[in-house]
Amino acid sequence: MIRVTYLRYEVLRNFRNWRFIVLTLAFPLVLYFAVATENQHKMFNGTAFPLYFMTAMATLGTMASVISGGAIIAADRAAGWTRQMRITPLRAATYLRAKVVCGYLRALLTIVLLALAGTLLGVRLSAGEWLTVVGLLLAGLVPFAVLGIIIGHLIGTDATAPAVGGIVTLFCLLGGVYGFQIAQSGPMLQVIKGLPSYWLVQAGKSALGGSGWPAEGWIVAAVWTGVLVPLAVLAYRRDTSRA
Amino acid sequence: MATDNAPGAAIVLSHLSKSYGNVQAVREVDLSIAPGETVALLGPNGAGKSTTIDMVLGLTKPDRGRVSLFGMSPARAVAAGVVGGMLQTGSLIDHLTVRELVTMVASLYPRPLAVAEALQQTGASGFADRATNRLSGGQTQRVRFAVALVANPDLLLLDEPTAALDVEGRREFWASTRSIAAQGKTVIFATHYLEEADAYADRIVLMARGRIVADGPATEIKARVGGRTVRATLPGAEVAQLAALPGVRNADRHGDSVILTCTDSDAALRGLLGRFPEARDIEVHGSGLEEAFLALTADENDDPRYVTEETR
Repeated sequence: MIRVTYLRYEVLRNFRNWRFIVLTLAFPLVLYFAVATENQHKMFNGTAFPLYFMTAMATLGTMASVISGGAIIAADRAAGWTRQMRITPLRAATYLRAKVVCGYLRALLTIVLLALAGTLLGVRLSAGEWLTVVGLLLAGLVPFAVLGIIIGHLIGTDATAPAVGGIVTLFCLLGGVYGFQIAQSGPMLQVIKGLPSYWLVQAGKSALGGSGWPAEGWIVAAVWTGVLVPLAVLAYRRDTSRA
Repeated sequence: MATDNAPGAAIVLSHLSKSYGNVQAVREVDLSIAPGETVALLGPNGAGKSTTIDMVLGLTKPDRGRVSLFGMSPARAVAAGVVGGMLQTGSLIDHLTVRELVTMVASLYPRPLAVAEALQQTGASGFADRATNRLSGGQTQRVRFAVALVANPDLLLLDEPTAALDVEGRREFWASTRSIAAQGKTVIFATHYLEEADAYADRIVLMARGRIVADGPATEIKARVGGRTVRATLPGAEVAQLAALPGVRNADRHGDSVILTCTDSDAALRGLLGRFPEARDIEVHGSGLEEAFLALTADENDDPRYVTEETR
């Protein structure tokens, strides 16, 4: 019961912050309409452009949705609220779970809106394809949600915005959201495939007639999650200094 | 203030020390507080009050020494929900109403107060449905108090709680705090107002420069630090002669001026003019807390360099 009440108000206050929500949701949506409407009947890498670009915007938009939660954490810290919570029995697990849930709700909304937008522009996927792409995106987002929490605790309020923007751009570039891979082969490709961003992009691409992740994708996502979760717990636990 | 033989104490601090760089914020603090006591941690800014409270709450890790709350570490006591606190700085999170915020915090505790009761006790009922970002400074402070109180803690720590309150707000605040203390809770508050400490605490722990310099019943401490200072221009008088005057606790000289820290300034003044009729430019001050601390700590003479710098 304890956790339900805490989670409920955490979600409530996140979604009442309508400027934050609107901006988070609007950016990929506006970009999608602007670019995909213009290229509605074109093909890209053998795929209908609206479908390709829907997956690209879903990847970028969901990644930004979860990482940007760090900005809310930074604001809580600046208000001294994180310190106040540290003298309550709030457990790190409850705290982190609530943050991840809020990020995921934003990500889900992003997906729903982009799916509707894509459908408007003629994207048609089978139920199984929708399930695969959404399921893989949600799985691939876990490391990014945790990364957002770490950023929120390590970086000051004034620096969170550039940090979030820069990190999302970097990961999108490395993962190949923009339609090209930085490296086609060799050690650089191996590095890129070792990052969670690559597999988040592959999750999106599963809708382009591809299949699900190979074992490698699950391993990379799991290893990053396994490394980042303890770091997030540590960042939260150590974050007791006066803002 | 022996610490090891205080079974059942609410708070035991033993040899607690904390430095920030070259600054020793808290030095070798030993303190034992029994359940049900209301204790004022009195001292000027920089005395180490907030650092001590932060260490009691587990927010700051001591360099040396130990904190025990009802026999537990701060982390365990906090996890068990027996401690509540209002920190010196901090505001509220946005996008919730006052009632929602207090409900959210209450849900974290095993035995919280009813939210309505916490709001009522802190005088926040009147604006319970207002958004937290639309409150005045005084209202915000009341909600912060409600957040601490809703925990229904056995031990309540308040770090300069009345700083943002007006006179009426202070009066209501202390009325609530008294009723909490009357329920047998242990209340510790930091303040730099002697009157506040005297009026609302059973016991005053006086801190200066990271140390406890006096600890006792409020009336006793007030008598010790509430004295007056006599200043005069008096070339050639011996400090020892001045210190021996009736009603004088401590005498100091700086060039031609002498400063007498008095327990009884009337007696001191009569004595001074009787023995040194040439004394002139005489001023009598009710000594500020700062001066009282320095007078008290000067007796200990533990850090002469600091004292001379301060009194120069």
